[in-house]
Amino acid sequence: MTALLEIEQLQVSFGSTAAVRGASLSVARGETHCLVGESGCGKSVTALSVMNLLAPNARRSAKRLAFEGQDLLGLSDSGMANLRGNAMAMIFQEPMTSLNPAYTVGSQMTEVLRRHKRASQRAATDRAADLLARVGITAPGLRLGQFPHQLSGGLRQRVMIAMALMCEPRLLIADEPTTALDVTVQAQILRLLSRLQRDLGLGMLLITHDLGIVARVAHRVSVMYAGEVVESAPTAELFANPRHPYTQGLLRCVPVPGRIKRDEPLGSIPGTVPRIAPGFAGCAFRERCAFADESCSSAIPRHRPSAAHDFLCRLPA
Amino acid sequence: MLQFFVRRLIVALLVAATVMTLAFVLTRLSGDLAISIAGPNATQADVDAVRRAYGLDRPLLVQFFDWVGRALTGDLGQSYFFKTPVSALIAERMPVTLTLGLTGLVIALAVSLPLGILAAVRENTAIDRLVQVVALLGQAMPSFWLGLLLMIVFGLQLGWLPISGTGSWDNYVMPGVVLAFSAIPALTRLTRAGMIQSMASDYIRTARAKGLSRASILLKHALRNAAIPVVAITAVQLGFMLGGSIVIEQVFALHGVGFLAWESIGKNDFPVVQAVVLVLAVIYVALTMLADLMNAVLDPRLRAS
Repeated sequence: MTALLEIEQLQVSFGSTAAVRGASLSVARGETHCLVGESGCGKSVTALSVMNLLAPNARRSAKRLAFEGQDLLGLSDSGMANLRGNAMAMIFQEPMTSLNPAYTVGSQMTEVLRRHKRASQRAATDRAADLLARVGITAPGLRLGQFPHQLSGGLRQRVMIAMALMCEPRLLIADEPTTALDVTVQAQILRLLSRLQRDLGLGMLLITHDLGIVARVAHRVSVMYAGEVVESAPTAELFANPRHPYTQGLLRCVPVPGRIKRDEPLGSIPGTVPRIAPGFAGCAFRERCAFADESCSSAIPRHRPSAAHDFLCRLPA
Repeated sequence: MLQFFVRRLIVALLVAATVMTLAFVLTRLSGDLAISIAGPNATQADVDAVRRAYGLDRPLLVQFFDWVGRALTGDLGQSYFFKTPVSALIAERMPVTLTLGLTGLVIALAVSLPLGILAAVRENTAIDRLVQVVALLGQAMPSFWLGLLLMIVFGLQLGWLPISGTGSWDNYVMPGVVLAFSAIPALTRLTRAGMIQSMASDYIRTARAKGLSRASILLKHALRNAAIPVVAITAVQLGFMLGGSIVIEQVFALHGVGFLAWESIGKNDFPVVQAVVLVLAVIYVALTMLADLMNAVLDPRLRAS
C-alpha cells in the first residue's frame, strides 16, 4: 500500500537562497510523523510545499510529491484547491491571526464544507457545532456566532483544528500548532491533536522544534537540518539510538529527568545554521560537528541501519 | 457601541460649532460688510443705513449669537440679493449638488475599487505601475482644466454630451467624471495598499489552505478587510467632492449649492456664504460619522470597543 504522503528529493528556493535541498520523507496512513529541527531549517517550507501554499516567488521541484499515490506536482491550481481543506488540511502556528477578523467562527467553519461537499448551510452549521464540541469547546452554539477577537488563543487554535476537520481529511499538517500558546494550553492542544489523530485515523505531519512533543505523540520522526532530512526513524528508535551527530546534539539539549544530574550543564550545539550558497556540496552540519573531517565536504552517503531508520552522514552505520 | 456613537456625536457637535464660529469670523474678516454691500458709489449715510438695516451696528458677539440661535432653529437668515430665506435657497439648490456628488462618488468607486484590486493582485508588474501612473495623473490634473478638456472633446467636437445646464441626467456625466477624478487616486492607492496587506495576512493563507476559490479569497476574505480604511476615506472624499463642486458647478454651469456660493461671494451676500459653509460642514461631519458607523459594521472589533 502506498504511503499517504510521499516527498522525495524536494527542492524549494527563494531567489538564490535554497530553503529545502532534497528533503525526503513519507507519512503513512494513520501515522503521526514529526518533523523537527531548529528555526529556518525548512520545516515550514516543506509543509507549505505539500499544500502548494508557498509565496509566489518560491520555486518548488521534486523527484516525487504525491498524496494517496496522486502526483501533486503536475496538479492544476484548481485540482490542488479541491484537495486543500478537503482531503488534506493544515493548521498554523499563529492562532491569533489565522482566522479572518471580519467573519464569525461559524461562517468561516461552514464555508469550507459548503465549498467541498456542497452541504446546506444547516447541515454545515450542525457539523461545525459537533466538531467544536469534539475539540473541547463548551457552548458551541454560542461560539459559532462569535468573532475571532472574542476568543482566546487556545480557543482559536481549537477552532482552527475543528475547521481543518470539517471535510474529514486524511492528512492533517500542523505547523508548530502549540508554539504561540501558554504552556498549559500547549499540553491541552497537544493531547487533543493526539486523541483526534488516533480516533479519526488521521495521518498527521506535525512540525515542531520541541522534542518533548515528539516523545509524547510521534510514531516516527524526521530531523531536518539546513533544508535536508538528516535522519528519520521510529520515535523509540531515534531516542534510543540517534545516529546523526546533529540528532545526538539535539537530544543532549533536552533535559530528561533521571538521566541528567542536578547542576550539570545542558548540552548545546556550537555555532549557527550556515547560509547555504548555491553549489554547496557535502554535509551542511560539518562546521558544527565534532566528528567532521575533509571527507565531509564531498557527497554524503545515506545509511540504513534498519529498514525503518536512515541517516545522512559519512560515519559508518 | 452606543457609547462609541455618543462620543462621536459629541465630537461632531464640537466640530460643527467650530465651523460656525469660523464661518462667521471669516466673512467679517473680508472687510466692512456694510461698505461692500452698499456698493462703490454709496455715501457715508447709505453705508450707515445699510449697517443699521442688517444689524451690523450691533456688537460682534451679539450678531454671532443671534445668528447661531436662529441657525439652531433652522432659520439661516435672508439673502440680501435674492430677498428670500437662505434655507429655501439652499434646499432648492441642494439636489443638484448631491446628485453631482453621488454621481462622482459612484464613478470614483466603480473605477478605483477594480483598479486597486487589479494593481494589488498584479503587484510590482507593468499593470500595477500603469495603474499607479494613471492615479498619479488624476492627482496632478486640475479639475477645472480637465472639465474644460472634456467639454471641448465630448461636448463641442463629438457633441455627445451637453456642456452646461441642469436639465437631465446627461448634464451630470462630465462633471461627475471630473469630480470622480479628484477622488480616484486616493481611493485606488488605498484599495491597492489594503489589498496587498490583506493578501499577505495569515487569514488569507488559511483561506487558501481551505481550498476556497480565488474569487472568494479576493472578494470575500481580502476585500472585506481592505475596505475598512477605504470606507473612511470615501466619506471624506465625498465631503471634498461637495466642496470641490464649487469649482465644477461653475465650469459646467450647474446651478447647485456650489454655484450659489460662488454667486454669493461675488455679491457679498454673506448670510448665504455663511450658511453654505455651515451646511457643507454639517454634511461633512455627518459623512464622517456615517463612515465610523460603516466601519463598525465592517470591523467587528470596533463594535466591541
